[in-house]
Amino acid sequence: MKSLMAYLAGLLFGLGLAISGMTDPARVLGFLDVLGDWDPTLMFVLGGAVVTNFIGYRLVWRRSHPLLAARFQLPTRQDLDARLLSGAALFGIGWGLSGYCPGPALASLIGLSVPLAAMLVAMVVGWFVARAVAADD
Amino acid sequence: MESSLVHGLVGGVLIGLSATWLMATLGRVAGISGIIGTLLTERPRGDSAWRLAFALGLVSGPLLVVLLGGELGNVAGRAGAVVGEPAGGVALMLVAGLLVGVGTGIGSGCTSGHGVCGLARLSMRSLTATLVFLLTAILTVMVVRHPWGGGA
Repeated sequence: MKSLMAYLAGLLFGLGLAISGMTDPARVLGFLDVLGDWDPTLMFVLGGAVVTNFIGYRLVWRRSHPLLAARFQLPTRQDLDARLLSGAALFGIGWGLSGYCPGPALASLIGLSVPLAAMLVAMVVGWFVARAVAADD
Repeated sequence: MESSLVHGLVGGVLIGLSATWLMATLGRVAGISGIIGTLLTERPRGDSAWRLAFALGLVSGPLLVVLLGGELGNVAGRAGAVVGEPAGGVALMLVAGLLVGVGTGIGSGCTSGHGVCGLARLSMRSLTATLVFLLTAILTVMVVRHPWGGGA
């Protein structure tokens, strides 16, 4: 049952990415290219998602626990550390080079091409590298 | 409103509903790099099945849009298309992919975890991360597309 709920969440997420056009790197890069022919689509996607989820979270958190789990698992850290900032900076460079962040890159699997496969393989390698870096500290 | 923006807004609302749904049912944050990165690098016992199911759903969303047909997608300049072309070749994607993986790994999140979920939680860490990756992404595109300043 948990897996079915997670599948439905993933399906909704994938539908949202496809309908919004975030599975098109040109749309994403068009938004990031503020000096060019600016494409505001991504702002509407993120805005729509954040506002919807802001309201949704407040409604959900009125309950004492999730439907199928003992508790809500939320990040608790509040500090701004070097790892958060440097990680976000590196991610932004990769995002700006490719127009892919992890969700759209994975959701684009049905249009798999050699460059997209390279992106996905390198991204997974990057996750392993990050884990090794974290384990070093 | 321009059609692309309507698509963006509708898709964005669906993404928000997905994040709310995952919180309502499993109590988890819908961060792609966290859900799938943890699945692949750690395969946590008893905490992996839902991650795999989410990933399968994520991939089948665009597939469903293709099967439904019509012009539900929003690929720039190609009505009817659902998935756009990569912006570069293998070498560029290897570099970009590595940066995205390492960056989201050590920065604890991506556009979904920090953006969609963190902003909705009013998290200062996520707001800061989102501003930082937006800034470096915009600067990167500036350097790639307009290396001599605003003239191009």
